[in-house]
This record gives sequence, structure tokens and C-alpha cells, in this order.
Amino acid sequence: MFQILRKQEMAKGSIIRFDISAPKIASKAKAGQFVIVRVNEFGERIPLTIADKDAFAGIITIIFQVVGKTTALMRSLKEGDIIRDVVGPLGKPAEIEKIGTVVMVGGGTGVAILHHVTKAFKEAGNFVIGIIGAKDKDLIILEDEMAAICDELIVCTDDGSWGVRGFVTQPLEKYLEERYDIKEVYAIGPIPMMKNVCKMTLKYKVPTMVSLNPVMIDGTGMCGGCRVTVGNKTMFCCVDGPDFDGHLVDFEELEKRNNLYIREEKDSLLFSIR
Amino acid sequence: MVNADVKYLKFKTYLNTYCPHCKHTFNFERKDEKWLVFKAKYKEQDFELKLSPYLDVFDVQTTVPLNEGDILSDLKCPKCRKSLVVENTHCEECGSNAAELIITAFSKLIPFFICLKHGCNWHGLTKADEAKIKLKIPRQDMPEQDMKLRVTNHLEVPYGYTTELAQLEAGRCLQCKEPKCVNGCPVNINIPEFVRLITEGEIDAAAKKIKERNILPAICGRVCPQESQCEARCIMGLREKPVAIGSLERFVADYERRMELVKIPVIKEKKTKKIAVVGSGPAGITVAADLQQLGYQVTMFEALHETGGVLVYGIPEFRLPKSIVAFEIDYLKKLGVRIELNHVIGRTITVEELLENFESVFIGVGAGLPVFMNVEGESLGNVFSANEYLTRMNLMKAYRFPEYDTPKPKAAKVAVIGGGNVAMDSARTAIRTGSSEVMIVYRRSRAELPARHEEVRHAEEEGIKFMLLTNPLKFIGNDQKMIKGIECMRMQLGEPDPSGRRRPIPIEGSNFILDVDLAVISIGTGPNPIIFQTLPDLKRNKWGYIEVNPETNETSIPNVYAGGDIVTGSATVIEAMGAGRIAANAIHKKLSGDEVEKDKSKDPELVIV
Repeated sequence: MFQILRKQEMAKGSIIRFDISAPKIASKAKAGQFVIVRVNEFGERIPLTIADKDAFAGIITIIFQVVGKTTALMRSLKEGDIIRDVVGPLGKPAEIEKIGTVVMVGGGTGVAILHHVTKAFKEAGNFVIGIIGAKDKDLIILEDEMAAICDELIVCTDDGSWGVRGFVTQPLEKYLEERYDIKEVYAIGPIPMMKNVCKMTLKYKVPTMVSLNPVMIDGTGMCGGCRVTVGNKTMFCCVDGPDFDGHLVDFEELEKRNNLYIREEKDSLLFSIR
Repeated sequence: MVNADVKYLKFKTYLNTYCPHCKHTFNFERKDEKWLVFKAKYKEQDFELKLSPYLDVFDVQTTVPLNEGDILSDLKCPKCRKSLVVENTHCEECGSNAAELIITAFSKLIPFFICLKHGCNWHGLTKADEAKIKLKIPRQDMPEQDMKLRVTNHLEVPYGYTTELAQLEAGRCLQCKEPKCVNGCPVNINIPEFVRLITEGEIDAAAKKIKERNILPAICGRVCPQESQCEARCIMGLREKPVAIGSLERFVADYERRMELVKIPVIKEKKTKKIAVVGSGPAGITVAADLQQLGYQVTMFEALHETGGVLVYGIPEFRLPKSIVAFEIDYLKKLGVRIELNHVIGRTITVEELLENFESVFIGVGAGLPVFMNVEGESLGNVFSANEYLTRMNLMKAYRFPEYDTPKPKAAKVAVIGGGNVAMDSARTAIRTGSSEVMIVYRRSRAELPARHEEVRHAEEEGIKFMLLTNPLKFIGNDQKMIKGIECMRMQLGEPDPSGRRRPIPIEGSNFILDVDLAVISIGTGPNPIIFQTLPDLKRNKWGYIEVNPETNETSIPNVYAGGDIVTGSATVIEAMGAGRIAANAIHKKLSGDEVEKDKSKDPELVIV
């Protein structure tokens, strides 16, 4: 049983932040790792990346966007409510070393996770450039937190309602064009965004890591539902990832696999409304 | 003399036994539920024969008060004075003189022997006659759900024996003096003894007898491959069909559970030493139960949100109801085993950390990594590993979607690749989701199918098609990256390979396309990498599984033991339990041995002081 200690609504309630009491997970969690959450007896198991942790207080933070049945159900939970199952930390931690200049690219809810990894990169002594983006001003999250960590931060929105107008790839291209010392790009966000980031960095031959979030069940390598094709090899995101070399990932396949259950998702939501 | 129609005798029937010559009814008294008393006069003396009413299972005993040297050759019918003695023979038990009597029951002649030695008390059939008659009793099948009905639900298929059927089946056992079945059982259950107890109606005692060796009879009775273990060695199987040991085991365990006869043993001596068991599948359950009963404090860690391992995520409800697994887990809890769910060892806690807090660690995490075929199109939509397909359906209860949130994979035409129990489970699950056509695609022939016979039979009855000698080459997708077909090739059988099965050889140019819209790959599992990622010192064998000392199941790391699929690769529930027992014994020996050694080391100190 895992209690929600704090609930915060971000981006007009479409993105929710939970601080959950989970001392054992908090003591182990490293940047880039995730947990599997099952809300109640009838719930499905969904993977959520750990956005932050406080090992001393025994708290982990998860930030999620309301997209389907389970996340809608989670939004309805209040402070003090119990989440039935939280298991983790799962996956390999992000590989973080002092390498020089890194560009951290995040889109939408991906920024929540990006923040945790960025913090780790900064603590390792890197020069960190952050580029975060969202559809509009309301959907930009963790801007202040990112600004506090990053040496340089660029914020963009698709409609120009905040920061630079346009996609994250535009400022990224500018950096890749101007700076020759960029050692790595780390991207996390919607699949089309990661795909485009990788396309661009491939052109400039800059190593790029992406953090993937496929459909998952057990999260321990048992089911193989989260398999992704990386460099023509089948990898299991839960035990081999979630971070992979972005230039080798078959994003199209991942996108199709993630949309397998769209119809069932609707049925499930309709069922619970009735 | 031997009666062919004995099988029609009913149980607990009052045996109307009479003289074969004049039909005079002998004075049988129904003294209690169990025994009939036969009174006869010999040399002006009264005799009393006690007969079991269960004559049809030939379990007869007597208390004939005879004096040494007495001869029964002139035992006559009190009415017609004709002799009931057919011939003089010898006693099966003690070898001294015996007489064969003839009496009639239900107008069937039953050969009947009485030993003449004082105090021997043997009376009954000769072993040879018994064996001949037992062969005439057909093997009793468990009543099952109708084939058309059962594909519309997820309820268990066999209903199980009634007490009468179980006793009839148990009566087929020859009670061999040197039973071969016991050696066929990986945990050496005393099979003849528990079967005998069933014939006597002592079903509770039979359950206790099984549990001396196997703590999960309700589960093993359902999922063990008996036909290649105990039943394969049954002598009855040489001439007729073997005794249905698995079905009897299941009956006994179900009876004990339903009658609420399961008792929690009192742990006599509590120990302070703590044991960590990683994984709550069959191996882990055995270790936990064994050591907890010996007084150790056992904590069991499970990565998923439910205990039972493969019993809950792998084996479907219609083959093993989850309520039975829950009952066994509840038993563990009542014993005092602590259960920690949602703990992935190697992630949430490492084995090193466990060793700091526990004297011994047992790793029984299962194989838990699906093997794919590494062919084109394996990542298409609606291509599942059997692990994923079954985990969704069983653990996440997707078959009850949308009541449960996990979506149910569903399609009209389903192909399951592989021929093991897991493949049968997947195919039978698919047909229950309403698929119009479900196929098993297997590259060898029917004889090589590794699944239990019962599962193959059930699958066939349920309308699953067997595409044998067929090897899939690649999965073909549509423009939505969903599977629409499998390219396959026909095979033929060649020479036997090292496993003794005939090797399949492709037939060139026999390629064809199988139209399907959902595929389940069920070709085995490999070792799960998580535990090795954080425990690089753990020695692995050439297949990548954990290497253990086969006598103790201890790994290359002291006080860390392992057993089950993570050591052997995919195997059976009972083999995992056997491995668990070996480890439990070794842990107990080592930990109690340590105590003894410490005590010894204390003694000299005391002397010096």
C-alpha cells in the first residue's frame, strides 16, 4: 500500500504530480528509472518514470499526463489516498558521466522525467543546455525547476504563446550548427518529437539517447510486451532500457505498437463512466 | 473363477452372500458400516468371518478364530451340507496351508481364501486373481464440462471425481510390494499407501500421506505431467491403462480443502534464524513452507502484485482455478510466512542486502524471459509472447475486460506457435475469447508434442486445429503494422536428435501463407537478466541459468540457494518443488549444523575458564 502524500495539478489539470510514500523505492531510484503502478484491484499495470525522489524522506515523485483510463482514474485520487501497487525502481538507470556539454530535450510530460536526468547530468559536472517544449503556454511544466539547473534553457511552444514559437528541433538545430562541443543529446517526449530529434542529430553525428515508454505489463522482462527494435535487434525496454541509442530505434514500429489498444482504452473509459 | 463383471458391483452395498449350491443365505450381519460378519459352524464350534463390504476393491480382512492344525476342508453349508471348500492351497501371506472357499455374492462367484494357520488372519484373493480382476475395471475418467459449453466460459474443465469414482479408481491399484510409481514421482510420494487409504474411505489420511512429500497436491494433481512420471511406471499401464494417480491426488486434495480438514501444524520449536525466499512460485512455496514448519522465520519476496508465480500469471483459470492457489498461499500465511509483494530482487532490494538481514537466501524466480524466434515481423501488432498473452489474460484478468482494465487481445483467426503446455493454454484461452479459428503450429508431429496428453485431448475437443510439421518462417503485416499472415514451411521427420525426438527437416518449396490476425509465440523461455545484472558473481551454466551444487542446490555464493526454472530452464511445477525441498533440507542442515558447531566451540572455552 502506497500513500499519496501530495497531489499537484499542473497544466490546467491535464498533468498531475504525485508525491508517493515508497521508502524502499526512493532509497534505490536513480535518474531514468521507472515504477509500475497498479491503482486498484481492477487496474492495469502502467509504467511511470520516476520524476524525482527524496531518499531521506522516503518519497518518490511521479508526473503523468491524463491520457487514458488509468491516468484518469489516478487524477481522481486525493492526497492521503492509497495506490495499491507500486513496484520499482525498474529499468537501467540513465548512463550519466562527466562528458562536457549535453543538450537535454524534453517535450510535454517528458519534461518531468527530463528534469530528473538533467539534475543528474548537472551534478556530474556537465555543461547542460535545456530545450523544453509543449503545445501551448499552459502545458509547459517545470520551467522554473529546469531554469535552476540548466546553464542555458530555451522554452518553445507550438503556438508561440510562451517562449520561442516552434518545435524543440528548431533551437536544437541552431545549437548543433553553432556549437561543436556538444557531446550528447538526451531526448524524451512524444514519439514524433524523439524521432525528429534523432533525425537531426544523426545529420550532425551527435550521439543521442532517448527514453522510451512502450506498453508494458510486468516490467521485469517476463512478458516481452515492451519489446522495441533497436539496431535490428529485439530489446526489452523494461530490462535493457528504457534508454536506448536514438539513432538505432525503430520509432515507427514503436508508435504503432503503442497505439494497439486505443479502441479498448475507449471501451474501458466508457465502461467505467456507465 | 475370475469374474469379469465385478466392475458393476456398487459401493457400500449390503452383500447378499449365499451358498452356491442351495442358495441358502449365510448369516451375514451388518455389525457396523464397515464389516460384515459371516458365521459358520465347524465341528460344533462357531466361526466368525469378518468381511469387508468393499469386495469389489478386494480389500478384505478377517479375524477368523482358527486353531493351529484346524482343517476347513469340511466346511459345509448349514442347510444343504455341501462343502464350500473348492481346493486346498497355500496362504499368500505366511505360506502355510489355506483353503479356497466358494461363496456367491450378487449371483457372481467370488473366489475366497482362508489361511489355516492360527493367528495369520489372511483371507482374500490371491494376488494373481486380484490382478486379473483389476484389469477388468476400466480406468475412470473425471467427469468434465461439455465441450461446447466450456469454450464459452473460463471455468475449470474437469469437475473432479466423486468419492465413489475415486474409490473405484483407487481399487485398480495393485498395491505392488516394490512400487515403481514412487520412483517416477520427483518428490517420491508414497502413492500405493495414499491410494489404499482412499479405498478404505480414509480420504483425510490419504491427504496427509501425500502432504508428507508434496505440499501442493491440489495443484500438482492438475498440472503435473503424470503420464511421463508416476503413471508412466504403473504396472497396470503395461496391460491396460495406468491408475489415474493424478486425478486421485487432485480428488484427495480437493476433498481435504472442501471439507475444511486442512490443519495448520503447530510449530514446536521457533528459531531466530531468518530465511529470504525470492519468488513465490512452486519452488519458493515449498522452501517457505518447509523451513517455516521447522521453526525458521521465512520472508517471501514477490515481484508482481500477486503471489503464486507461474501458477497465477501462466496457468489459466480453466486449468487451475486461482482460488486454489490463493488457498495455498493463505496456508503459508497462517504458518507465519511473511509475504512482501512488489519487491523486485536486484532492483528494490539486492541479494547482497538480503544476505545482511537473512541467514540464507533462496532464489526461485523462474525462467521469466520469453524466447522469440528472431524472424521478420515479430514486433508487429497482435504478435505476442505466450508470457505476455497469458499474463494479460490470467494475472491481469483481461478475459474479464472491461470489468478489469487490462485490454483483452482478441482476433478471429489465431495461431499459437509451439506444442507445449503453454501453447495449449494459449490456444485454449484464445478459443474462449470467441476466436472463430485457433491453430497450433508445431514443427514436429503429434507424437512429439511435449504437452500433457490431457491438454492435447482437451484442445482437440475444443476445436483447436493442429498444424503439425509446420514451421513458421516470418510474420507478414498489413499497412497498419498489424499481423495478417504467417509464412510457413512444411517439415518432415528425420533422424532422432540428442533429446531422442526426431529432428524436423524442411521440405523445400513447400512454403505457404497462413492467414491469421493474432499470433502467440510459445517456444520456451530463457533466464531473466535482472538478478544477474546486480549479482555478477553468481555463476551461470552454459545455458545462462544459475549453476548449483545438485546435492544442496547452493549457488557459487555461499548461503545463496536456487531452484526451479532459473536453474533448469522451463520445467514442471513438481520438479521445481523437488528442487525447493532439496534446498530447504540443505539450508536446515547447514543452519542447524552451524548451531551444533558453535555449541562445540563454546565447550572448550568453558573448560578453560
